[in-house]
Amino acid sequence: MSPQVMTPEDVVAELRDGMTLGIGGWGSRRKPMTLVKAIARSGLKDLTVVSYGGPDVGILCALGKVRKLVFGFVSLDSIPLEPHFRKAREQGTLEEIMELDEGMFQLGLRAAAWNLPFLPTRAGLGSDVLNVNREIKTIRSPYADHTELVAMPALRLDAAIVHMNRADARGNAQFLGPDPYFDDLFCMAADRAYVSCEKLELADVDLTRHLLNRTMVHGVIEAPGGAWFTECPPDYNRNEALQKQYAASARDLASWDAFVKEHLS
Amino acid sequence: MSTLGDICAVACADLFRGDGAIMASPMAPIPRLGVLLARKTFAPDLVLSDGIATLVDDDGKPEGWMPFSRVFDTLWNARRHVVMGASQIDRHANQNLSCLGDHARPKVQLLGSRGAPGNTVCHTTSYWVPDHSTRVFVPDVDFVSGVGMARGAAEIRRIVTNLCVMGVSATDGCIRLVSVHPGVTLEKVIESTGFAMHIPDHVPATRAPHADEAALLELLDPGAKIRGTVTA
Repeated sequence: MSPQVMTPEDVVAELRDGMTLGIGGWGSRRKPMTLVKAIARSGLKDLTVVSYGGPDVGILCALGKVRKLVFGFVSLDSIPLEPHFRKAREQGTLEEIMELDEGMFQLGLRAAAWNLPFLPTRAGLGSDVLNVNREIKTIRSPYADHTELVAMPALRLDAAIVHMNRADARGNAQFLGPDPYFDDLFCMAADRAYVSCEKLELADVDLTRHLLNRTMVHGVIEAPGGAWFTECPPDYNRNEALQKQYAASARDLASWDAFVKEHLS
Repeated sequence: MSTLGDICAVACADLFRGDGAIMASPMAPIPRLGVLLARKTFAPDLVLSDGIATLVDDDGKPEGWMPFSRVFDTLWNARRHVVMGASQIDRHANQNLSCLGDHARPKVQLLGSRGAPGNTVCHTTSYWVPDHSTRVFVPDVDFVSGVGMARGAAEIRRIVTNLCVMGVSATDGCIRLVSVHPGVTLEKVIESTGFAMHIPDHVPATRAPHADEAALLELLDPGAKIRGTVTA
């Protein structure tokens, strides 16, 4: 199907309580924050969030929207530990977590993208990641080596949201910064993928910048400044002052309420 | 006269002896300084990222693209040597980056396992610990993010701390003392380590930089801004 040009509210209207939602970007880099803010303002709840976590995870945790979190790390990069995520973990407000090695995480997305039940890897062997995720099994190579490997299960997503520098109305999208991260895998692992972009017009750049094509995308949202205070080069760098303010809002309930009132409502 | 910062930077450089054309991934400024020093002296083939997604050569010129997807390719390919940090390290050289206390309801939530499980099981791993203490060196880590030898690590080469250099025993994979930094006593190392390690009869001093290395360190870290952060 050809994608639609949508508003953030249109995206939220297609999401349901209890869905598994993948969020693209990495840490505090090119996160789809306009869409995260729309979810923050909505009544959505009980989400399973799958993310190379940054403030997207912190905000949705602090607002009580997350039932289960699938992550390899949660960080604000220039502020290594994400204070709202820490609080959620230390206060036990997350019902369920799946903590993974960040490479296992990628393979879970890739398995889902390739319609495979799992992908094998050494990552995770011997670590407590396997002890706290009993549902993750190991498998023996059927070949002469008989190596034991982790069978990383597919991380199938109901929906994915990612933020790109440029897109067109048909669902082609470009990253213009240094790293595509795994936004293509998020989109392919999802039943429905929503792509916000800085500008609804493709840039005249090398075709290797075209990360997403029309087969991967269901909705396109023009959202200038859509990565909010996370970095989105070359369009803008991280807004460190605002990120600091966000981090400081984990201090107490009054600070958080004030932050929500100013930015998330 | 060498400072503790000089000693630690040189010890981090020495981690990479014999590594050849592999990707060096220092996760903190002191090991990064070590990699730069190694590359300018005995390890010219080391490949180093700018910390974002570009490989930069010895002159600081871009020589390749290394986004996260290629970091995974490189690490699973095993042509990489990482120097990670650690919130905890235990006597078996298991490392914890994830959380303190019970994983189900941690007392302190840290970063998460990040790439530590995959790094340790796939390729050479070293650690840099700038605050050697019984809080970091514990009998058993609360959560095994990076695995030690007994749990299947590819190679735990060295642990460089602000007090000493450690390694792992070839016989039981447990931590052994390799050298103590000049000006630090063996007693201080022992009382700052929360478990009994293998200690050789004669404990050598960690080497000081040669004259050419000292000059390079000053060039790479003018005014010792990075090295000056290391204290015993």
